[in-house]
Amino acid sequence: MTRAPGPTDAAETVIRTRGLTKTFGPKTAVDRLDLDIARGTIHGFLGPNGCGKTTAIRMLTGLLTPSAGEVEVLGLTMPRDAEALKYRIGYMTQSFSLYGDMTVRENLDFMSRVFGLKRKAALARIDELLETYHLTDLADQMSGKMSGGQRQRLGLACAVLNKPDLLFLDEPTSAVDPESRRDFWEQLFDLCEAGTTILVTTHFMDEAERCHSISILELGKKRAEGSPAELMERMGTNVLEVSGPDLRTLRKTLTALPEVRSAAQLGTRLRVLVTKQIADPEAWFRALPESQSVQQVARVRPNLEDVFVTNTGVSAPDATGTPEARP
Amino acid sequence: MNSLSRISAIFFKELRQLRRDRMTFAMVVMIPLVQLILFGYAINTNVRDVPVGIVDQSGSAVGRVLEQVIRATQVVKFTHRYDTLEEAQRAVAAQEVRAALILPSDLVQRLARSGSVGLATPNSTNWTTSRPVGQWIVDGSDTMVASAVKSLRNMPLTELLRQAPNRSVPTFEMALFYNPEQRTVVNIVPGLVPVILTMTMIMFTAAAIVRESERGNMEMLINTPVKSTELMLGKIIPYIFIGLVQTAIILGLGYLIFNVPFNGSMLALLAATLLFIGASLTLGLVFSTLATSQLQAMQMTVFVLMPSILLSGFMFPFEGMPLPAQYIAEILPATHFLRMIRGIALRDALLVDLQYDAICLAVFMVLGLIAASLRFKKRLD
Repeated sequence: MTRAPGPTDAAETVIRTRGLTKTFGPKTAVDRLDLDIARGTIHGFLGPNGCGKTTAIRMLTGLLTPSAGEVEVLGLTMPRDAEALKYRIGYMTQSFSLYGDMTVRENLDFMSRVFGLKRKAALARIDELLETYHLTDLADQMSGKMSGGQRQRLGLACAVLNKPDLLFLDEPTSAVDPESRRDFWEQLFDLCEAGTTILVTTHFMDEAERCHSISILELGKKRAEGSPAELMERMGTNVLEVSGPDLRTLRKTLTALPEVRSAAQLGTRLRVLVTKQIADPEAWFRALPESQSVQQVARVRPNLEDVFVTNTGVSAPDATGTPEARP
Repeated sequence: MNSLSRISAIFFKELRQLRRDRMTFAMVVMIPLVQLILFGYAINTNVRDVPVGIVDQSGSAVGRVLEQVIRATQVVKFTHRYDTLEEAQRAVAAQEVRAALILPSDLVQRLARSGSVGLATPNSTNWTTSRPVGQWIVDGSDTMVASAVKSLRNMPLTELLRQAPNRSVPTFEMALFYNPEQRTVVNIVPGLVPVILTMTMIMFTAAAIVRESERGNMEMLINTPVKSTELMLGKIIPYIFIGLVQTAIILGLGYLIFNVPFNGSMLALLAATLLFIGASLTLGLVFSTLATSQLQAMQMTVFVLMPSILLSGFMFPFEGMPLPAQYIAEILPATHFLRMIRGIALRDALLVDLQYDAICLAVFMVLGLIAASLRFKKRLD
């Protein structure tokens, strides 16, 4: 239950899966997933709803039995050693999953008893957590009556109460404002600094960008993996920003071109992803008959959303070579 | 040791939540209280003062005296007078009255010759002396009302002529044990315990566990070291106390308000009640693993509650039901507990005498526990 403090071996793998697969009837929720997540890092699962993020996490925590493949978490084989693992992990669900009709302190107290902490140690730990997560003034508030950000802090406090080696966060910031989200990530980095490995799922690009490494998931398959910077670097498209009149029509015609991976409107500009097979995308674009009305074309730095769009969807470069059939 | 502390963590959490959930907390006390008072006063199988009409074709003074004599039995009360038989029949059909008495025009002659007046021993072969005095037309659809009116069939009319009633020699001597005054409430009050406990025990446990999943707490709990059996135990133990409190309320107030005696041993009562609470709680647990919402849990409770009220012997005598219905009633925990608690409270029956029912309840409990833990494990996967 206690974690050795101090610098951790960065090469040590905390989560290791090989060919992890889960099928529900005819539906494959997670498809041959290989993961290697190093200790002391924040790893993000980025993907749309229903891409298998939660199912993957549930297999990692031993709640679901994989249909195929191997899972090793903190050196324990899942789901065989699931009970032993539960003392060493923290888990925070998508929605607020604590008791709304109990106060902040009562919720923390309940969790400390569930984890079997000694009374004296538990009280000290609870005070420490109240302090860390700015909940001291709210200690006697009913948690159901608090704001989204406050509840989220309580959720995190409960999840780390047992000083877990590994923290699972399932879409932790879907119900909070940007300010709280920022503070929340600061706290995650503090935990990470102290040696906790964190696995977080999200569908927010800005949130994924904060992770040390991310896996982009779609339809249960891993489409890309690496640090956000690496992914942007390796991306198979160049990004153009275009401005001009009648962007809606232009977008439609551009999307139909085989060289264009995607075109999305951002206010008065159109962000166009052009495959890297075109060596000089700006010149190529200028030469298009559709682009005659365009006033301005500029090549810009890719962001994570571009990475995501490039790696997912109908024409994504599928690792296994079998493009997904889409309705 | 750790297991115990986790169970107690859940137990105290449940108590705390229960205390804050004012509505549920009020229901724990109000359900037995209100139902006891309501049913205690309301349910009465001794039918009295049935509203009836009269058609007196004789128009005689004797007819009016006869009416008074019948009224004095308290079985019926005359609320309407009708001129013709047809009017009386219509009034019965319209539920204005439950029955009507028709006194024929030759009432006086009939009375004078009737054996029931006590002037002479009637000769049953002689049609003039064996003719009845009058006729009742009765709405026979409600058998209980009908049999109350039917009890007037052979009423003696000696009083009519101010004669001392003949000393009647009964065929059998009757000794009515346990409820000599034949008050319905004596049977109803102990019977309320199984009915109310069936309702609260099954409903509360089923809802309590479903609530955890409905509000998203379950997802968090299953990622902690809490085991499913610990969770179930921690959640149902508070309801054991609630069940005992409700039993105490019903029997205690039954004694104070309705003077229903408690003749048996407290220990036997406690043992029987705990067995039944155990069987009901585990049934609630099974339901909780089947239901996906609290509403579904309620519906399943009603599914068991209705037959528990109607078939257990609470409303109608068990022996009067056809065999298949008796078999169905045997698989309801309430049926067995009803026999036990009436036995203990009214007849001072010993647990040894009630061992068949006790064993049945224990079997239900074990089966329920097995089913619940099998189902519960599956749900986590």
